[in-house]
Amino acid sequence: MNPVVADTRRLNSKPQDLTDAYGPPSNFLEIDVYDPQIVGVGRNRYTTYEVRMRTNLPIFKLKDSCVRRRYSDFEWLKNELERDSKIVVPPLPGKALKRQLPFRGDEGLFEEAFIEERRVGLEQFINRIAGHPLAQNERCLHMFLQEETIDRNYIPGKVRH
Amino acid sequence: MNFFGFGQTADIDIVLNDAETRKKAEHNSEDGKKDKYFLFFDGETVSGKVNVTLKYPGKRLEHNGIKVEFVGQIELYYDRGNHHEFVSLVKDLARPGELTQSQTFDFEFTHVEKPYESYTGQNVKLRYFLKVTIGRRLSDITKELDIVVHTLSTYPDLNSSIKMEVGIEDCLHIEFEYNKSKYHLKDVIVGKIYFLLVRIKIRHMEIDIIRRETTGTGPSVYNENDTIAKYEIMDGAPVRGESIPIRLFLAGYELTPTMKDVNKKFSVRYFLNLVLIDEEDRRYFKQQEIILWRKGDIVKKSMSHQAIIAAQRFEGSSNPERSHSQSAEDDKS
Repeated sequence: MNPVVADTRRLNSKPQDLTDAYGPPSNFLEIDVYDPQIVGVGRNRYTTYEVRMRTNLPIFKLKDSCVRRRYSDFEWLKNELERDSKIVVPPLPGKALKRQLPFRGDEGLFEEAFIEERRVGLEQFINRIAGHPLAQNERCLHMFLQEETIDRNYIPGKVRH
Repeated sequence: MNFFGFGQTADIDIVLNDAETRKKAEHNSEDGKKDKYFLFFDGETVSGKVNVTLKYPGKRLEHNGIKVEFVGQIELYYDRGNHHEFVSLVKDLARPGELTQSQTFDFEFTHVEKPYESYTGQNVKLRYFLKVTIGRRLSDITKELDIVVHTLSTYPDLNSSIKMEVGIEDCLHIEFEYNKSKYHLKDVIVGKIYFLLVRIKIRHMEIDIIRRETTGTGPSVYNENDTIAKYEIMDGAPVRGESIPIRLFLAGYELTPTMKDVNKKFSVRYFLNLVLIDEEDRRYFKQQEIILWRKGDIVKKSMSHQAIIAAQRFEGSSNPERSHSQSAEDDKS
């Protein structure tokens, strides 16, 4: 009897379209958080960051958008997502309450190194969450990324693809 | 009499008649150690000799009877006290009396039914063994000899491929295909993953083999999942239209045949888990059951008549696999 060897040849598949093979991928999504600016005077100062999104995902209305956001806006987004979706939302960089206390030796919340650390953390946060298929269905994410101001009285809901 | 160390006692030794020729198979013990045991199949006769050797020559051994049993039993770890015997055969070797010298007894259990495969799992054990008992007033003298039973199958008549389109709407659509739904333990899983839509950033893809052991019935069902293997099939980001091949050799892993509802006590099932992992470590997966079966070895002329009869029940009739030389020729074309 001949020893039998299993047939391990590849299964047939359709040849790939060359425009698919060499064209831009359908999953392009990049968000930059940059250009921190201090707004306001004295005790009422706060930092805003530019949030620029470039994408080719059809679910986002604008393929290139640019808005200004502050730390509390990111907190708002995190809370909305935690309440309305089943996603485990990634963590934000720290609130740094200590930095808001008076009599510090340094610039507190406006210390350059701190702002940079926070900027990096916010960029990681928004890239992680914007790429989540379930988060992409939430109105709050679209408003955060693509509308000039966040309407805190908005009606929460889903965005259909 | 035992208390003073002067009582007679005996050593029992069980020797199978075909110990020289019978094959041994490896089997895991509960603590994970591997050992070799004599291999039997359903319908085979179990015969041998029981050697009772008196420890102190000259002294008599009084007993309430000597018997040998062939037992097949299921033991649930959470309920060790209750053994569920599904095969229980007894042969009396000696009536109550006394042994004045070491003695050898012959036994034969003819064409014993061994309906299930030996299995040592996470929460349940199925084993077959011979047990000799010398009955005595205070404490019996016993000896057990474990054997291993394999259940063989033939090539299934129907063995369709598994082909399915799955995904997350507007984010990820894939079509996966596995060449068969039933694989033998030394088989190869040949398949492919075809990407129809990729709007997430995939970092890599793997295929896992998962064993699910189910014990208990009704409300107290307990499932234990074990990942037997993790096999990476793709590293990097695919785009639409790409086809990733799968070639997974099962012989390298510790697998058993699929066992469904054995004696209504437990099941052992196998699943292929296709896992895609994206840049943010999010996992997307699709589980699919496969049936595993054990193929009998090729019958050799030197096998005993008995074994030939047993093996003939299980040889495949139509052989769908091609020979090595033919497939090499096809590859060239």
